[in-house]
Amino acid sequence: MFEISPTEWTAILLSLRVAVIATLVATPFGVALAWLLARRDFWGKSLLDAAVHLPLVLPPVVTGYLLLLTFGKRGLVGGWLADHLGIVFAFRWTGAALACGVMSFPLLVRPIRLSIEAVDRRLEQAAETLGAAPWRVFATVTLPLALPGVLAGMVLGFAKAIGEFGATITFVSNIPGETQTISSAIYSLIQTPDGDTAAARLVIISIVLAVGALVAAEVFARRATARLHGQ
Amino acid sequence: MLRVDITKQLGEFSLAASFTSEGRVTGLFGASGSGKTSLINTVAGLVRPDRGTIVIDGETVDDTAAGIHVPTYRRRIGYVFQDARLFPHLDIRQNLDYGRRMNGLTEDPAQHKRVVDLLDIGTLLDRRPGKLSGGERQRVALGRALLSKPRLLLLDEPLGALDESRKLEILPYLVRLRDEAGVPMVYVSHDAAELRQLATQIVMLRRGQVTAFGGVKVLTGGA
Repeated sequence: MFEISPTEWTAILLSLRVAVIATLVATPFGVALAWLLARRDFWGKSLLDAAVHLPLVLPPVVTGYLLLLTFGKRGLVGGWLADHLGIVFAFRWTGAALACGVMSFPLLVRPIRLSIEAVDRRLEQAAETLGAAPWRVFATVTLPLALPGVLAGMVLGFAKAIGEFGATITFVSNIPGETQTISSAIYSLIQTPDGDTAAARLVIISIVLAVGALVAAEVFARRATARLHGQ
Repeated sequence: MLRVDITKQLGEFSLAASFTSEGRVTGLFGASGSGKTSLINTVAGLVRPDRGTIVIDGETVDDTAAGIHVPTYRRRIGYVFQDARLFPHLDIRQNLDYGRRMNGLTEDPAQHKRVVDLLDIGTLLDRRPGKLSGGERQRVALGRALLSKPRLLLLDEPLGALDESRKLEILPYLVRLRDEAGVPMVYVSHDAAELRQLATQIVMLRRGQVTAFGGVKVLTGGA
Protein backbone atom coordinates (compact mmCIF):
# COMPACT_ATOMS: atom_id res chain seq x y z
CA MET A 1 0.00 0.00 0.00
CA PHE A 2 2.75 2.48 0.92
CA GLU A 3 5.14 1.60 -1.89
CA ILE A 4 5.15 4.61 -4.18
CA SER A 5 5.79 3.62 -7.81
CA PRO A 6 8.15 5.55 -10.12
CA THR A 7 5.19 6.88 -12.15
CA GLU A 8 3.62 8.22 -9.00
CA TRP A 9 6.91 9.78 -7.89
CA THR A 10 7.18 11.47 -11.26
CA ALA A 11 3.71 12.92 -10.86
CA ILE A 12 4.42 14.07 -7.29
CA LEU A 13 7.72 15.72 -8.21
CA LEU A 14 6.18 17.33 -11.28
CA SER A 15 3.32 18.69 -9.19
CA LEU A 16 5.79 20.15 -6.69
CA ARG A 17 7.90 21.70 -9.43
CA VAL A 18 4.86 23.15 -11.20
CA ALA A 19 3.41 24.55 -7.98
CA VAL A 20 6.71 26.00 -6.73
CA ILE A 21 7.46 27.74 -10.04
CA ALA A 22 3.87 28.95 -10.39
CA THR A 23 3.92 30.41 -6.88
CA LEU A 24 7.34 32.04 -7.16
CA VAL A 25 6.57 33.66 -10.51
CA ALA A 26 3.08 34.75 -9.48
CA THR A 27 4.11 36.28 -6.13
CA PRO A 28 5.75 39.52 -7.38
CA PHE A 29 2.74 40.15 -9.64
CA GLY A 30 0.45 39.28 -6.76
CA VAL A 31 2.19 41.72 -4.40
CA ALA A 32 2.12 44.52 -6.97
CA LEU A 33 -1.55 43.94 -7.72
CA ALA A 34 -2.49 43.60 -4.05
CA TRP A 35 -0.76 46.90 -3.34
CA LEU A 36 -2.60 48.61 -6.21
CA LEU A 37 -5.94 47.30 -4.99
CA ALA A 38 -5.21 48.12 -1.36
CA ARG A 39 -3.60 51.52 -1.69
CA ARG A 40 -4.52 53.20 -4.97
CA ASP A 41 -7.68 54.54 -6.48
CA PHE A 42 -7.84 54.50 -10.23
CA TRP A 43 -10.28 54.15 -13.07
CA GLY A 44 -11.31 50.53 -13.65
CA LYS A 45 -10.25 49.33 -10.20
CA SER A 46 -13.40 47.25 -9.64
CA LEU A 47 -13.00 45.82 -13.12
CA LEU A 48 -9.45 44.76 -12.33
CA ASP A 49 -10.57 43.35 -9.00
CA ALA A 50 -13.23 41.29 -10.78
CA ALA A 51 -10.73 40.10 -13.39
CA VAL A 52 -8.39 38.85 -10.65
CA HIS A 53 -11.20 36.81 -9.15
CA LEU A 54 -12.38 35.44 -12.49
CA PRO A 55 -10.44 32.14 -12.34
CA LEU A 56 -12.16 31.48 -9.01
CA VAL A 57 -15.66 31.62 -10.49
CA LEU A 58 -15.17 30.53 -14.11
CA PRO A 59 -15.38 26.80 -14.81
CA PRO A 60 -11.72 25.68 -14.81
CA VAL A 61 -12.21 24.09 -18.20
CA VAL A 62 -13.12 27.52 -19.55
CA THR A 63 -9.99 29.09 -18.07
CA GLY A 64 -7.96 26.22 -19.53
CA TYR A 65 -9.51 26.68 -22.95
CA LEU A 66 -8.93 30.45 -22.85
CA LEU A 67 -5.30 29.77 -21.93
CA LEU A 68 -5.06 27.39 -24.88
CA LEU A 69 -6.47 30.03 -27.22
CA THR A 70 -4.11 32.69 -25.87
CA PHE A 71 -0.93 30.79 -25.04
CA GLY A 72 -1.26 27.81 -27.40
CA LYS A 73 1.19 27.50 -30.29
CA ARG A 74 -1.16 29.42 -32.58
CA GLY A 75 -2.43 31.66 -29.82
CA LEU A 76 -1.93 35.40 -29.94
CA VAL A 77 0.59 35.53 -27.10
CA GLY A 78 1.79 31.93 -27.34
CA GLY A 79 2.78 32.29 -30.99
CA TRP A 80 4.72 35.47 -30.33
CA LEU A 81 6.51 34.00 -27.30
CA ALA A 82 7.47 30.87 -29.22
CA ASP A 83 8.78 32.85 -32.23
CA HIS A 84 10.62 35.57 -30.36
CA LEU A 85 11.67 34.15 -27.01
CA GLY A 86 11.47 30.42 -27.62
CA ILE A 87 9.09 29.96 -24.71
CA VAL A 88 6.50 27.26 -25.36
CA PHE A 89 3.62 26.55 -23.02
CA ALA A 90 1.43 24.16 -24.99
CA PHE A 91 1.69 20.57 -23.73
CA ARG A 92 4.73 21.37 -21.60
CA TRP A 93 5.16 21.48 -17.83
CA THR A 94 5.65 25.25 -18.18
CA GLY A 95 2.08 25.38 -19.46
CA ALA A 96 0.94 23.45 -16.40
CA ALA A 97 2.75 26.02 -14.24
CA LEU A 98 1.04 28.85 -16.13
CA ALA A 99 -2.38 27.26 -15.69
CA CYS A 100 -1.73 26.65 -11.97
CA GLY A 101 -0.41 30.18 -11.53
CA VAL A 102 -3.51 31.71 -13.11
CA MET A 103 -5.90 29.47 -11.20
CA SER A 104 -4.22 30.10 -7.83
CA PHE A 105 -3.75 33.85 -8.39
CA PRO A 106 -6.97 35.00 -6.63
CA LEU A 107 -6.06 32.94 -3.55
CA LEU A 108 -2.54 34.35 -3.60
CA VAL A 109 -3.62 37.98 -3.93
CA ARG A 110 -6.36 38.05 -1.31
CA PRO A 111 -4.32 37.53 1.91
CA ILE A 112 -1.62 39.88 0.61
CA ARG A 113 -4.18 42.57 -0.10
CA LEU A 114 -5.76 42.17 3.33
CA SER A 115 -2.41 42.35 5.08
CA ILE A 116 -1.39 45.47 3.15
CA GLU A 117 -4.73 47.06 4.01
CA ALA A 118 -4.06 46.23 7.66
CA VAL A 119 -0.75 48.13 7.69
CA ASP A 120 -1.28 51.38 9.55
CA ARG A 121 -1.03 54.20 7.03
CA ARG A 122 0.12 56.51 9.79
CA LEU A 123 3.31 54.45 9.98
CA GLU A 124 3.83 54.95 6.24
CA GLN A 125 3.30 58.66 6.79
CA ALA A 126 5.86 58.66 9.60
CA ALA A 127 8.35 56.95 7.30
CA GLU A 128 7.77 59.64 4.69
CA THR A 129 8.46 62.44 7.18
CA LEU A 130 11.74 60.67 7.99
CA GLY A 131 12.84 61.00 4.38
CA ALA A 132 11.69 57.74 2.81
CA ALA A 133 10.61 57.99 -0.84
CA PRO A 134 7.39 56.10 -1.69
CA TRP A 135 9.09 52.93 -2.93
CA ARG A 136 11.30 52.85 0.16
CA VAL A 137 8.26 53.31 2.39
CA PHE A 138 6.89 50.23 0.67
CA ALA A 139 10.13 48.25 0.98
CA THR A 140 10.96 49.18 4.59
CA VAL A 141 7.55 49.54 6.24
CA THR A 142 4.60 48.23 4.21
CA LEU A 143 6.14 45.02 2.90
CA PRO A 144 7.84 43.88 6.14
CA LEU A 145 4.64 44.47 8.09
CA ALA A 146 2.61 42.65 5.43
CA LEU A 147 5.16 39.84 5.06
CA PRO A 148 3.27 37.20 7.06
CA GLY A 149 0.26 37.87 4.81
CA VAL A 150 2.47 37.53 1.75
CA LEU A 151 3.71 34.17 3.03
CA ALA A 152 0.16 33.08 3.84
CA GLY A 153 -0.89 34.02 0.30
CA MET A 154 2.02 32.07 -1.14
CA VAL A 155 1.12 28.99 0.91
CA LEU A 156 -2.53 29.13 -0.12
CA GLY A 157 -1.59 29.74 -3.75
CA PHE A 158 0.83 26.83 -3.59
CA ALA A 159 -1.83 24.53 -2.14
CA LYS A 160 -4.25 25.51 -4.88
CA ALA A 161 -1.57 25.14 -7.57
CA ILE A 162 -0.57 21.67 -6.45
CA GLY A 163 -4.15 20.44 -6.69
CA GLU A 164 -5.21 22.23 -9.87
CA PHE A 165 -6.82 19.93 -12.38
CA GLY A 166 -9.42 21.31 -14.80
CA ALA A 167 -7.53 24.17 -16.41
CA THR A 168 -4.28 22.22 -16.50
CA ILE A 169 -5.65 19.13 -18.23
CA THR A 170 -7.56 21.31 -20.72
CA PHE A 171 -4.56 23.45 -21.55
CA VAL A 172 -1.65 20.98 -21.50
CA SER A 173 -3.37 17.56 -21.43
CA ASN A 174 -2.24 14.64 -19.29
CA ILE A 175 1.20 13.50 -20.46
CA PRO A 176 3.10 11.34 -17.94
CA GLY A 177 6.45 12.92 -17.12
CA GLU A 178 5.60 16.22 -18.77
CA THR A 179 2.20 17.47 -17.70
CA GLN A 180 0.77 14.69 -15.54
CA THR A 181 0.44 16.20 -12.08
CA ILE A 182 -0.88 14.40 -8.99
CA SER A 183 -4.44 15.34 -9.88
CA SER A 184 -4.24 14.16 -13.49
CA ALA A 185 -2.49 10.99 -12.32
CA ILE A 186 -5.34 10.28 -9.90
CA TYR A 187 -7.80 10.93 -12.70
CA SER A 188 -6.01 8.42 -14.95
CA LEU A 189 -5.60 5.86 -12.18
CA ILE A 190 -9.25 5.73 -11.21
CA GLN A 191 -10.12 5.05 -14.82
CA THR A 192 -7.66 2.18 -14.93
CA PRO A 193 -8.57 -1.30 -13.62
CA ASP A 194 -6.52 -2.05 -10.44
CA GLY A 195 -5.55 1.60 -10.16
CA ASP A 196 -7.45 2.08 -6.89
CA THR A 197 -4.58 1.52 -4.45
CA ALA A 198 -2.27 3.82 -6.35
CA ALA A 199 -5.01 6.42 -6.58
CA ALA A 200 -5.62 6.12 -2.84
CA ARG A 201 -1.93 6.76 -2.14
CA LEU A 202 -1.96 9.91 -4.23
CA VAL A 203 -5.22 11.01 -2.65
CA ILE A 204 -3.64 10.70 0.81
CA ILE A 205 -0.58 12.63 -0.36
CA SER A 206 -2.85 15.40 -1.74
CA ILE A 207 -4.71 15.65 1.54
CA VAL A 208 -1.48 15.84 3.54
CA LEU A 209 -0.11 18.59 1.29
CA ALA A 210 -3.33 20.61 1.39
CA VAL A 211 -3.80 20.36 5.16
CA GLY A 212 -0.13 21.12 5.73
CA ALA A 213 -0.50 24.27 3.64
CA LEU A 214 -3.57 25.40 5.56
CA VAL A 215 -1.79 24.89 8.88
CA ALA A 216 1.21 26.84 7.60
CA ALA A 217 -1.07 29.66 6.41
CA GLU A 218 -2.68 29.83 9.84
CA VAL A 219 0.70 29.96 11.58
CA PHE A 220 1.77 32.86 9.34
CA ALA A 221 -1.49 34.68 10.02
CA ARG A 222 -0.89 34.46 13.78
CA ARG A 223 2.65 35.71 13.39
CA ALA A 224 1.26 38.60 11.36
CA THR A 225 -0.93 39.66 14.24
CA ALA A 226 1.91 39.43 16.74
CA ARG A 227 4.18 41.42 14.46
CA LEU A 228 1.67 44.22 13.98
CA HIS A 229 1.41 44.55 17.72
CA GLY A 230 5.14 45.02 18.09
CA GLN A 231 5.83 41.91 20.13
CA MET B 1 12.93 80.57 9.57
CA LEU B 2 9.44 79.51 8.58
CA ARG B 3 7.12 81.50 6.37
CA VAL B 4 3.58 80.33 5.79
CA ASP B 5 0.88 81.97 3.71
CA ILE B 6 -1.70 79.44 2.62
CA THR B 7 -5.36 78.68 2.23
CA LYS B 8 -6.90 75.24 2.20
CA GLN B 9 -10.48 74.07 1.99
CA LEU B 10 -11.13 70.79 3.82
CA GLY B 11 -14.78 69.94 3.39
CA GLU B 12 -16.75 72.54 5.34
CA PHE B 13 -13.64 73.78 7.08
CA SER B 14 -11.51 76.50 5.58
CA LEU B 15 -7.99 77.15 6.75
CA ALA B 16 -6.26 80.44 6.04
CA ALA B 17 -2.97 81.10 7.76
CA SER B 18 -0.26 83.64 7.23
CA PHE B 19 2.70 84.16 9.52
CA THR B 20 6.47 84.34 9.57
CA SER B 21 8.38 82.92 12.47
CA GLU B 22 12.02 83.36 13.37
CA GLY B 23 11.59 81.87 16.80
CA ARG B 24 13.25 78.75 18.10
CA VAL B 25 9.88 77.32 19.08
CA THR B 26 6.78 78.48 17.28
CA GLY B 27 3.73 77.47 19.25
CA LEU B 28 0.55 76.80 17.30
CA PHE B 29 -2.16 77.37 19.86
CA GLY B 30 -5.87 76.76 19.55
CA ALA B 31 -8.79 74.63 20.62
CA SER B 32 -9.40 71.28 18.96
CA GLY B 33 -10.89 71.84 15.53
CA SER B 34 -9.10 75.16 15.10
CA GLY B 35 -6.97 73.75 12.27
CA LYS B 36 -3.66 73.30 14.09
CA THR B 37 -3.03 69.78 12.81
CA SER B 38 -4.12 70.65 9.26
CA LEU B 39 -1.72 73.59 9.34
CA ILE B 40 1.26 71.56 10.60
CA ASN B 41 0.45 68.82 8.08
CA THR B 42 0.55 71.43 5.35
CA VAL B 43 3.98 72.52 6.54
CA ALA B 44 5.01 68.84 6.50
CA GLY B 45 3.74 68.46 2.93
CA LEU B 46 1.19 65.82 3.93
CA VAL B 47 -1.57 68.26 2.96
CA ARG B 48 -1.26 70.26 -0.22
CA PRO B 49 -2.46 73.89 0.03
CA ASP B 50 -5.06 75.20 -2.40
CA ARG B 51 -3.22 78.47 -2.67
CA GLY B 52 -0.13 80.07 -1.23
CA THR B 53 3.48 79.54 -0.29
CA ILE B 54 5.50 77.83 2.41
CA VAL B 55 9.18 78.60 2.88
CA ILE B 56 11.32 76.51 5.23
CA ASP B 57 14.82 77.70 6.01
CA GLY B 58 14.97 79.74 2.80
CA GLU B 59 13.69 76.94 0.55
CA THR B 60 10.28 77.34 -1.07
CA VAL B 61 8.60 73.98 -0.47
CA ASP B 62 5.15 75.09 -1.62
CA ASP B 63 4.25 77.72 -4.16
CA THR B 64 0.95 77.03 -5.87
CA ALA B 65 1.43 79.89 -8.35
CA ALA B 66 4.72 78.40 -9.53
CA GLY B 67 3.44 74.81 -9.28
CA ILE B 68 5.95 73.89 -6.59
CA HIS B 69 5.10 71.15 -4.10
CA VAL B 70 8.11 69.44 -2.59
CA PRO B 71 7.02 65.98 -1.38
CA THR B 72 7.23 65.30 2.34
CA TYR B 73 10.19 62.96 2.10
CA ARG B 74 12.34 65.67 0.49
CA ARG B 75 11.46 68.46 2.94
CA ARG B 76 14.05 67.42 5.52
CA ILE B 77 11.66 67.92 8.37
CA GLY B 78 11.20 65.88 11.51
CA TYR B 79 7.70 65.13 12.69
CA VAL B 80 6.71 63.90 16.15
CA PHE B 81 3.11 62.73 16.18
CA GLN B 82 0.78 62.54 19.15
CA ASP B 83 0.84 58.75 18.80
CA ALA B 84 4.56 58.04 18.56
CA ARG B 85 4.21 55.87 15.42
CA LEU B 86 7.33 53.84 16.06
CA PHE B 87 7.85 51.04 13.56
CA PRO B 88 6.67 47.90 15.36
CA HIS B 89 8.82 45.54 13.29
CA LEU B 90 12.05 47.35 14.17
CA ASP B 91 13.77 47.58 17.54
CA ILE B 92 14.49 50.97 19.09
CA ARG B 93 18.01 51.17 17.71
CA GLN B 94 16.71 50.56 14.17
CA ASN B 95 13.86 53.02 14.68
CA LEU B 96 16.37 55.69 15.70
CA ASP B 97 18.57 54.91 12.71
CA TYR B 98 15.72 54.92 10.17
CA GLY B 99 15.85 58.60 9.15
CA ARG B 100 19.63 58.53 8.75
CA ARG B 101 19.39 55.53 6.43
CA MET B 102 16.54 56.99 4.37
CA ASN B 103 18.35 60.30 3.94
CA GLY B 104 21.60 58.58 3.04
CA LEU B 105 23.48 60.37 5.83
CA THR B 106 26.77 58.98 7.09
CA GLU B 107 26.82 57.52 10.58
CA ASP B 108 27.43 60.08 13.27
CA PRO B 109 28.11 58.25 16.56
CA ALA B 110 28.71 61.50 18.44
CA GLN B 111 25.35 62.92 17.42
CA HIS B 112 23.70 59.56 18.14
CA LYS B 113 25.17 59.54 21.64
CA ARG B 114 24.16 63.17 22.25
CA VAL B 115 20.54 62.51 21.32
CA VAL B 116 20.36 59.20 23.21
CA ASP B 117 21.81 60.88 26.32
CA LEU B 118 19.62 63.96 25.96
CA LEU B 119 16.50 61.79 25.93
CA ASP B 120 17.74 59.07 28.33
CA ILE B 121 16.86 56.26 25.98
CA GLY B 122 20.16 54.37 26.14
CA THR B 123 18.64 51.47 28.06
CA LEU B 124 15.83 51.00 25.55
CA LEU B 125 17.90 50.45 22.41
CA ASP B 126 17.46 46.69 22.10
CA ARG B 127 13.77 46.64 22.94
CA ARG B 128 10.73 46.57 20.69
CA PRO B 129 8.26 49.50 20.64
CA GLY B 130 5.50 47.21 21.92
CA LYS B 131 7.35 46.83 25.22
CA LEU B 132 7.70 50.55 25.93
CA SER B 133 5.58 52.86 28.04
CA GLY B 134 3.83 55.82 26.40
CA GLY B 135 6.40 58.28 27.70
CA GLU B 136 9.33 56.15 26.56
CA ARG B 137 7.80 55.77 23.13
CA GLN B 138 7.41 59.51 22.79
CA ARG B 139 11.05 60.10 23.78
CA VAL B 140 12.17 57.57 21.17
CA ALA B 141 9.95 59.30 18.58
CA LEU B 142 11.67 62.59 19.44
CA GLY B 143 15.07 60.97 19.06
CA ARG B 144 14.11 59.33 15.79
CA ALA B 145 12.98 62.65 14.33
CA LEU B 146 16.11 64.47 15.57
CA LEU B 147 18.52 61.87 14.19
CA SER B 148 17.20 62.39 10.66
CA LYS B 149 18.90 65.81 11.02
CA PRO B 150 15.87 67.91 10.13
CA ARG B 151 16.04 71.63 9.52
CA LEU B 152 12.64 72.00 11.18
CA LEU B 153 11.06 69.82 13.84
CA LEU B 154 7.26 69.59 13.86
CA LEU B 155 5.55 68.38 17.04
CA ASP B 156 1.81 67.75 17.00
CA GLU B 157 0.58 67.59 20.61
CA PRO B 158 3.45 65.27 21.55
CA LEU B 159 2.18 65.14 25.13
CA GLY B 160 -1.47 64.85 24.15
CA ALA B 161 -1.74 61.09 24.63
CA LEU B 162 0.04 61.09 28.00
CA ASP B 163 -1.40 61.45 31.47
CA GLU B 164 -0.43 64.35 33.72
CA SER B 165 2.55 62.70 35.43
CA ARG B 166 3.95 61.45 32.12
CA LYS B 167 3.65 64.95 30.72
CA LEU B 168 5.75 66.28 33.56
CA GLU B 169 8.24 63.53 32.80
CA ILE B 170 8.63 64.55 29.12
CA LEU B 171 8.42 68.33 29.41
CA PRO B 172 12.00 68.79 30.74
CA TYR B 173 13.32 66.83 27.74
CA LEU B 174 11.51 69.19 25.40
CA VAL B 175 13.02 72.19 27.18
CA ARG B 176 16.47 70.64 26.85
CA LEU B 177 15.76 69.92 23.21
CA ARG B 178 14.87 73.54 22.61
CA ASP B 179 17.98 74.80 24.37
CA GLU B 180 20.52 72.24 23.20
CA ALA B 181 19.49 70.63 19.92
CA GLY B 182 19.57 73.81 17.86
CA VAL B 183 16.70 72.76 15.59
CA PRO B 184 13.82 75.21 15.19
CA MET B 185 10.50 73.71 16.20
CA VAL B 186 6.83 74.14 15.50
CA TYR B 187 4.91 72.97 18.53
CA VAL B 188 1.17 72.33 18.33
CA SER B 189 -0.80 72.38 21.56
CA HIS B 190 -4.14 73.35 23.05
CA ASP B 191 -2.47 73.71 26.46
CA ALA B 192 -1.44 77.29 27.21
CA ALA B 193 0.69 76.25 30.20
CA GLU B 194 2.72 73.89 28.04
CA LEU B 195 3.37 76.57 25.45
CA ARG B 196 4.28 79.15 28.09
CA GLN B 197 7.11 76.85 29.15
CA LEU B 198 8.31 75.97 25.67
CA ALA B 199 7.39 78.43 22.98
CA THR B 200 9.24 81.57 22.00
CA GLN B 201 6.54 82.72 19.60
CA ILE B 202 2.84 82.02 19.41
CA VAL B 203 0.50 81.66 16.46
CA MET B 204 -3.05 81.61 17.76
CA LEU B 205 -5.62 79.82 15.63
CA ARG B 206 -9.37 79.94 15.80
CA ARG B 207 -11.70 78.26 13.33
CA GLY B 208 -8.99 78.07 10.73
CA GLN B 209 -7.89 81.70 11.03
CA VAL B 210 -4.86 83.24 12.71
CA THR B 211 -6.29 85.48 15.41
CA ALA B 212 -3.07 86.55 17.11
CA PHE B 213 0.66 86.34 16.56
CA GLY B 214 3.50 87.37 18.80
CA GLY B 215 5.40 86.54 21.96
CA VAL B 216 4.21 84.17 24.65
CA LYS B 217 2.31 87.05 26.24
CA VAL B 218 -0.46 86.76 23.61
CA LEU B 219 -1.51 83.61 25.46
CA THR B 220 -2.68 85.65 28.44
CA GLY B 221 -5.30 87.27 26.23
CA GLY B 222 -7.17 83.96 26.19
CA ALA B 223 -8.28 82.08 23.10
